[in-house]
Amino acid sequence: MATKRTATKAKAKAKAKAKRTAKKPAPAKIRAKKQTKRIKQAGGGVAPTTRFEQAVKSWKKPDKRFVAYLIALGDDQLVLAQNLIQWCGFAPTLEEDIALSNMGLDMLGQARELYNYAGAVEGKGRSEDDIAFLRGEHEYQNLLLLEQPNGDFAQTQLRQFFYASFMVPFWAHMETHCLDETLQAIGGKAVKEMAYHARHSAEWVIRLAQGTDESRRRLLQALQALYIYTGELFAPYPQAEAIRQAYHLPDPAQLKPLWQAKVADIFKMADITLPAEAVMQTGGRIGRHTENLGHLLADLQYMQRTYPGLSW
Amino acid sequence: MVAASHNMDKQTARDKLAQDKLAQIRAVAAQVPDPELPMLTIADLGILRDVKHTPEGDYIVELTPSYIGCPATDMIMAQTRQALDEAGLSDVKVKRVLHPVWTTDWITQEGRAKMRAHGIAPPQKRQKKKPTALFATPAIDCPHCHAKQSERISEFGSTPCKALYKCLVCLEPFEYFKCH
Repeated sequence: MATKRTATKAKAKAKAKAKRTAKKPAPAKIRAKKQTKRIKQAGGGVAPTTRFEQAVKSWKKPDKRFVAYLIALGDDQLVLAQNLIQWCGFAPTLEEDIALSNMGLDMLGQARELYNYAGAVEGKGRSEDDIAFLRGEHEYQNLLLLEQPNGDFAQTQLRQFFYASFMVPFWAHMETHCLDETLQAIGGKAVKEMAYHARHSAEWVIRLAQGTDESRRRLLQALQALYIYTGELFAPYPQAEAIRQAYHLPDPAQLKPLWQAKVADIFKMADITLPAEAVMQTGGRIGRHTENLGHLLADLQYMQRTYPGLSW
Repeated sequence: MVAASHNMDKQTARDKLAQDKLAQIRAVAAQVPDPELPMLTIADLGILRDVKHTPEGDYIVELTPSYIGCPATDMIMAQTRQALDEAGLSDVKVKRVLHPVWTTDWITQEGRAKMRAHGIAPPQKRQKKKPTALFATPAIDCPHCHAKQSERISEFGSTPCKALYKCLVCLEPFEYFKCH
């Protein structure tokens, strides 16, 4: 008897549970219907949300790996921006002074966009400034190539050429494939800017290689200095590997043939041969940097470190 | 039945109000000049993307940057805010949007004409994603004497959106709004 009673009790419990769970989605559904009705009445003022966006919104916690990816991507742009902008007032000609500052400005804009977005996704109120100024050297995950010193004009142009030639297909992939709408839009803007940089710096690579003995010597010297850092362009982002598929992010390794083709093309015109085999240096993506980043950040972060919370 | 039609009237009246307000907001925002090119308004440049009335009842002015790092964007947002406040539209929000991406094709015909009148060559029509060849200088018409022979002085100019050219006929230097 007792067992029977508990059995019926259990049954009733299960029934009640089923009832509860069955009823739960109803109000949400009605809400959604009302919402669409309102949107329709207002003339469809809101862009239709994709299934992906709905999925992202339904996640209770922001995806830390995605935030880390955005910050790492922003680090690349910020470190290069900081380097390029140091040419302001020092470039060999006025035109190039403006060009390098403008390119630096493009990089800075991309960094700000990525940091702001990372802060928004994270939802802890971190601003672009907090991310840029309040992280130490080992928290930066930029490529080693980008923190290499400006050196001379040849080294700066070659660094820009190596990087821009990689970022053009990278952002193009982001624009057309990425499922995140903001990254898509950033990609759409950045791809055009990087194409401009790639062309401008490629012209300089050719010009310097085909110019005087001195300009060619300097370009070859820059190649010696920078080539060992180019392998890292194709290294995976440690934090992004797990989410790359879900967001349809570009795979750096797959962009390698495109980069090689572009570099081979320009180097052929410049009559330069790539160093045969080189031991590629990596580590930036896991926060292991060359000495240069510390100096660069000391300069970049000086005001915030000396006067915490200082603002305009 | 009477109640229903009454509701309907209320609804249309509300819609009418919303439409009028949207038009007013658009008129105010469209007058904001670009800080770098003050003869052009943000509407001429296509930077004023949209004026919206959301289902939640908010009015939003959407602005988009020309170049991602263009420092004028913050200034434009502040000026738009000020123009709206001065017109008594403080409840309207100003929002920055990236999507869809701005290109020079968003510049209106009127904007292009104004540029030419002020000595700036407007951007050429985009050539279907064809990358410009190395060392190639696109032939830009001189905005002063309309001659077709010009040479590029600098690929980058005073703002991220412009390059420097010189006319080979009248010898006047001029700025070219880059195709982007």
